[in-house]
Amino acid sequence: MTNGGAPPAQPLLDVQDLAVEFRTRDGVAKAVNGVSYTVAAGQTLAVLGESGSGKSVTAQAVMGILDSPPGFVTGGRILFQGRDLLTLGKEERRRIRGAKMAMIFQDALSALNPVLSVGTQLGEMFQVHTGTSRKEARAKAVELMERVGIPAARARVGDYPHQFSGGMRQRIMIAMALALEPDLIIADEPTTALDVTVQAQVMDLLAELRREYRMGLILITHDLGVVADVADTIAVMYAGRVVESAPVHQLYKAPAHPYTRGLLESVPRLGHKGRELHAIKGLPPNLTAIPPGCAFHPRCPLARDVCHTDRPPLYDVGPGRTSACHFWKETLDGAR
Amino acid sequence: MPESHVPKEAIGHGDGGTAALAIGEAESLERAPTARPLPPGGEPTGKPRSLWSDAWHDLRRNPVFVVSALVIVFLVVIALWPQLIATGNPYRADLAKAQQGAGPGHPFGYDTQGRDVYTRVVYGARASITVGTCATAGVALLGGLLGGLAGFFGGWWDTLLSRLADIFFGIPVLLGGLVFLSVVTSATVWPVIGFIVLLGWPQIARIARGSVVTAKQNDYVQAARALGAGNRRLLLRHIAPNAVAPVIVVATIALGTYIALEATLSYLGAGLKPPTVSWGIDISAASTHIRNAPHMLLWPAGALSITVLAFIMLGDAVRDALDPKLR
Repeated sequence: MTNGGAPPAQPLLDVQDLAVEFRTRDGVAKAVNGVSYTVAAGQTLAVLGESGSGKSVTAQAVMGILDSPPGFVTGGRILFQGRDLLTLGKEERRRIRGAKMAMIFQDALSALNPVLSVGTQLGEMFQVHTGTSRKEARAKAVELMERVGIPAARARVGDYPHQFSGGMRQRIMIAMALALEPDLIIADEPTTALDVTVQAQVMDLLAELRREYRMGLILITHDLGVVADVADTIAVMYAGRVVESAPVHQLYKAPAHPYTRGLLESVPRLGHKGRELHAIKGLPPNLTAIPPGCAFHPRCPLARDVCHTDRPPLYDVGPGRTSACHFWKETLDGAR
Repeated sequence: MPESHVPKEAIGHGDGGTAALAIGEAESLERAPTARPLPPGGEPTGKPRSLWSDAWHDLRRNPVFVVSALVIVFLVVIALWPQLIATGNPYRADLAKAQQGAGPGHPFGYDTQGRDVYTRVVYGARASITVGTCATAGVALLGGLLGGLAGFFGGWWDTLLSRLADIFFGIPVLLGGLVFLSVVTSATVWPVIGFIVLLGWPQIARIARGSVVTAKQNDYVQAARALGAGNRRLLLRHIAPNAVAPVIVVATIALGTYIALEATLSYLGAGLKPPTVSWGIDISAASTHIRNAPHMLLWPAGALSITVLAFIMLGDAVRDALDPKLR
């Protein structure tokens, strides 16, 4: 498995061969089929993929907030600071959540409780985990709001979520995740619901806080542009599996998987004005019926017979780089 | 606060000159518009308002709420202290005056046994209000608890409870009341309250279950879980406050119907029994004399109608205030 370019020391989070399925009335949807990735302390891993590629489900499994039923972890290990989270009891996992690892959600308006003031919700973090008094928690809430750049924090600590703008709300979400200075933050599309200018501010804030607190950051996104600036390594997911992982610059320069290449080519660019936009043909597979062999073969321009039958293993294609393509060499050469 | 903007573009495609704008603090100073237009006179920068203070703000300006609330406050006061406005004794019978109409000091006249109708109407409020409030409290507590837990935990407990609720729904209220209460000899209000709670909880349980299921799916519940909140905190702090509004609305409206139900059962002889003073009992006794002494029927019936109407109107007003979509 890849080390993602991280130092050889024990990674902060090491997901190994994780499998998650949803048992629904219409059959079993294999949302995650053997995902492996690692995050080192102070590093940012971007998890890239289309909707339904399993990136959020993997994150939910790591956090331990999978809706179960219908979701079940059916295999693999999640090593967090050397401990396998899947072997811990419910109560132990709950104590880790928020204190050691926290999550930032896509839409801060719906991720904040509408009937509680932001100060109460921020303060709750301290009351739940450290048993701080109400008054002290309030003071810490103000401190946090100032830290994430909310103007007039003292005056606005009693305001309700709907009274803030989208960007400010996302900052509050970040403040909540940051409250107990966790070692790992998972941000699930933190900027998707924001407009472009605010997106940049929020990403900058996240990157800055990550540096300051030396946290590991998992950035789940489908936006290639967001990733480029802040990520150290990228894991590209397709049909519940990591198909390519690489240090960010190498991946952008020369993708080693046809799917990654397709993704990069489908980003609109100014220089290509007037030309037709490239799109990956076909649709992502139905998770209840994932194609045999390589899941990407029905949409792959390079697909040959072997792709229909043999599931490609993760090939080591360079230092800290892997690709799940039988023809990674051709892809890599073609890109160069 | 670092607000410098880094152009967001795929590395290696540095065409530059995208629409990315460097921006300052404009976004941070802007205040998002509140969810609904502020009422006239409301200050845009006034104190923050939650759903509840918003609802209260609306209710105070709603004449339907004000009138029904005043009527209810009045009813509750005379239920607690009937002596305040009725100095007589509701049991004192003067057969010589049986069925007489209004006279000095006796504005509503006398009933068949020569008891003062005014005094009995005033004292009758106590039974109705007691049954209404206690039954509603019991129904809301039992139904809310069972339904809420079923909605939150789901699984077999949910299935069991839902089927149980279906069974209780299948029992016809009047028939069940006649059968169940006819074997009870106690003259107090408690058997009637117990019966109403027994048959009433499924209604609230269904509503509570539904709103908990809806509230549970909200992102903020997931987010609170992701930040380490346990089940108890999730339920009490994040789900209950967001799920309780429909329960309050239905319970308020149900309170009126429970009072009517008590009167109906008492009228049929299955509810409250003498010597308890109840509008239902008095209406029943008066119904055979409606031609020669209509006042005996009209006063308690009027009191009952006003009481039921007041609670139902209150429930309507509360619903309007708590459901922003109806605005």
